[in-house]
Amino acid sequence: MSHTHIGDETEHDHSELDAMELRVRALETVLAQKGYIDPAALDVLIDTYQTRIGPRNGARVVARAWSDPTFHAWLMRDASAAIASLGYSGRQGEHMIALQNKPERHNMVVCTLCSCYPWPVLGLPPTWYKSAPYRSRAVREPRAVLADFGVNLPATTEIRVWDSTAEVRYLVIPQRPSRTEDLSEAQLAELVTRDSMIGTGLARSPTATPTQP
Amino acid sequence: MSYTTHADLGGQTGHGRVVPEPEGELWHAAWEPRAMALTVAMGGTGSWNIDMSRSARETLPDYAALSYYQIWAAALEKLLIERRMLRRAELRKGAAIDPPISVARVLRAESVATALARGSPTERPNVDAARFAVGDRVRTRKLKVAHHTRLPGYVQGRVGTIERVHGTHVFADPHAHGLGEQPQWLYTVVFDAAQLWPGSAPGSHRVSVDAWQPYLEPAGADA
Repeated sequence: MSHTHIGDETEHDHSELDAMELRVRALETVLAQKGYIDPAALDVLIDTYQTRIGPRNGARVVARAWSDPTFHAWLMRDASAAIASLGYSGRQGEHMIALQNKPERHNMVVCTLCSCYPWPVLGLPPTWYKSAPYRSRAVREPRAVLADFGVNLPATTEIRVWDSTAEVRYLVIPQRPSRTEDLSEAQLAELVTRDSMIGTGLARSPTATPTQP
Repeated sequence: MSYTTHADLGGQTGHGRVVPEPEGELWHAAWEPRAMALTVAMGGTGSWNIDMSRSARETLPDYAALSYYQIWAAALEKLLIERRMLRRAELRKGAAIDPPISVARVLRAESVATALARGSPTERPNVDAARFAVGDRVRTRKLKVAHHTRLPGYVQGRVGTIERVHGTHVFADPHAHGLGEQPQWLYTVVFDAAQLWPGSAPGSHRVSVDAWQPYLEPAGADA
């Protein structure tokens, strides 16, 4: 079976890592011997979340919404269907809601109880999203959390935090940056960061991105 | 019956600052993608549901000391051992000892894309009228319960407003304990920060949770 190569993990305790490596390998071996899993399916799953299902999907949804008012209206009315029309649906995104950020209201998403996250559009959640600091503080002091991400919003902007406690999954639609009128949908998607679709970041300004070829 | 969750972190203090992470950084050890894929693949056998998985994770005694994929791996072992699909001795040996028990299905490489695209929708047909409508003031259940639940501690016994009605969904509480889907109306309930965190400025922010109908009572005239 193939194991994904990671490079060295200098920040971690090596003996513990080796113990986990052996433990998960033993688990996989036993489950494969019992016929509960198809090891080739594991490779497909890993490849899927490394190359096919990730935040670039969500960025395409946002770019379409910025470019096409009809799509935007559909997205706000029935996000599951609008997102599925671009090919993104299923596991951990069965019931989608899109949240439009505006100057007067900034939405951000958390799962205080575990790690609920809209996989079809954002892929697997980042470590911080699953960590105690974010899960504990996002609902209590969201402005301080935003500051950890370098985001400082005007006091007049209401902060609205969505705790994903059921099977509804939330995708934040960041505000479209100014001076982007001439950009194509693909160029717009480049401005949409993962964090801007969780609500812990803002879309990039076009001047801050590399020149398009 | 006693039940302790270690995962109800909303509002806790002392966990430090949030450490952002670049977008492409998916794994921090070679075993992590395997643990993720094993969890998803075993979920695909139909031997348990997602609420049972969450319950297995949140009740791990050393939850707070584990990384998230360590939590997934430990909960996967626990679910398998509880169902006699695996023994500790087999993990120590790194080889199967007992014959397999039968599973509903096995996730094959060629059906991964279809299975992921299908997912597991939780919405069910409405069989009764919703008790609450958008704008209603509701109070959340006050008592701590001795089972898996998705009402976070920080909103228990608080007054909020119904903001969205999501239809009827599989109810996580009984579903986690093998008591069937028992679908219930699901709502987004929004709370003012001042209602949740005494001392915070009124209007500083608002927080919502998604709450099944049994979590909620009408707030009454005092609210």
